[in-house]
Amino acid sequence: MTLTFAFDAILALALVAVAAWTTAARDMFAAVAGSVAFGLLMALVWVRLAAPDVALTEAAIGSGVTGGLLIAVGARLRRNGASPGAEPPGAILRCTAAVVCGLVTVGLGAIVLLSPEPAPTLAPLAARHLPQTGLGNPVTAVLMAYRAIDTLLEVVVLLLALVGVWSLAPDRYWGGRPGMQQHEDPNGVLAFFARLLPPIGIIVAIHLFWVGSVAPGGEFQSATVVGAMWLLAMIAGLVDLPPIDRPGVRLGLVVGPVVFIVIGLAGTALAGAFLAYPPGHAKLLILVIEIPVTLSIAATLGLLVVGPPQRMPPG
Amino acid sequence: MSFIRDGLTIGAVAVGAFFFLAGMVGLLRFPDTLSRLHALSKADNLGLGLIVFGLLFQEDELFPALKLVGVWLLALLAGAIVAQLIARAAIRDRPSA
Amino acid sequence: MSAATVFGLCAAALVGLGLFGVLVDPHPLRKIVAFNLLGGGVFLIFGITARRGAAAGFASDPVPQALVITGIVVAFAATALAAALVLRLVDETGRVTLRSAGSGGGPSNDAHS
Repeated sequence: MTLTFAFDAILALALVAVAAWTTAARDMFAAVAGSVAFGLLMALVWVRLAAPDVALTEAAIGSGVTGGLLIAVGARLRRNGASPGAEPPGAILRCTAAVVCGLVTVGLGAIVLLSPEPAPTLAPLAARHLPQTGLGNPVTAVLMAYRAIDTLLEVVVLLLALVGVWSLAPDRYWGGRPGMQQHEDPNGVLAFFARLLPPIGIIVAIHLFWVGSVAPGGEFQSATVVGAMWLLAMIAGLVDLPPIDRPGVRLGLVVGPVVFIVIGLAGTALAGAFLAYPPGHAKLLILVIEIPVTLSIAATLGLLVVGPPQRMPPG
Repeated sequence: MSFIRDGLTIGAVAVGAFFFLAGMVGLLRFPDTLSRLHALSKADNLGLGLIVFGLLFQEDELFPALKLVGVWLLALLAGAIVAQLIARAAIRDRPSA
Repeated sequence: MSAATVFGLCAAALVGLGLFGVLVDPHPLRKIVAFNLLGGGVFLIFGITARRGAAAGFASDPVPQALVITGIVVAFAATALAAALVLRLVDETGRVTLRSAGSGGGPSNDAHS
């Protein structure tokens, strides 16, 4: 037991050390690299906390896609040659902020140490109704059956964030292609990688999606892998960034939420409540919802990373 | 029997971890980007290979073992590509020498 | 002291560090990075709640895990929107700061393009 405790303690210390280094780093790129490393260490912590689904999501979205986004934004800021902004706040402000943050930390630590024993839990409730959903993975059951309304709202929030990002484009570029920099060498190393990896990535994504009903995995992790493969192809210049007013793009983005809402409304008619599943058809309906939602989330994540349109619309 | 398997796993993972440590020492001590890339790509790939090799002894079925080897191959591919890209960027950006 | 308690204290430290970064760092992109640290700490508190709620044959309570997965995705959406706002700010004003030119004051009347 003490060996695992030592490992946990070292992991926790490393996590705090990386966070402290990221906060104190001088260079912008160093801070972004620190946040990527932070995300990967967090994924290890999630494994130690017996939450492998969350570990997969943290490694994919929290570390991977967020890191890619921040690196792209940092590179664009450096390319635009933006003049540095305001100076850091004075010593008094920093000390006050440090005291406030110290108090918050102490308070949270006290909450952690004084938590009620035995811990309140919803696990028995989740386990009791698991056979009805036809799923073997309780986290997927919570996401798609018990709290499906939260997942629906989350997908819609992603779409709204994309609409927000698009609305930040200047008026003359509306309907154009996003401006993320592409590497145009068709025989280069990156193009080779972008030809080799996406087939493997799509197989891995299908495996993650399919196995998510009985084992750690699921639609968000799968969608992130698909979105990352699309991003790789776009960055390598194999496919051009799509203009945002193309109907196929918009259809792909909304098909997931629309199917989700339609099945939810059908549940009102057939099973008595919004997003209720008729008995015996739960797993089939969950599958029918998950496939378009995965495609929509993949497209949304990819488009969120490439950003608002910055090239004139075609034609 | 399981004692031998566990012993082999611990041994291989320990040697792999030592290679990772060696790569990190190279990262910290070497003077420029290209030599650091050399240290990292050689040592980290070998270290990961040894760790995967050690974990293979813990698997009972074929498919999870193949997945572990697949993870190592994908990490090898990604590491090679990224090392190439960083090296080209480093050569392009360094003052003409 | 169990694993959950160790990581809970670690989460408290992460929240403090992230909050300090958000409050103190003047560069907006660094604020976004610190915001992600803060979010990670909060998710970790959910995680230890899940771990301590292990029951009914599960090693960890699935409901907080699902909340954290949702939270991670939404945090990425917020990060993307914030990053796009920073880029637009730089395009409009040419400076990467949240203060307007001169001293802090009323909104600047830049022409809309």
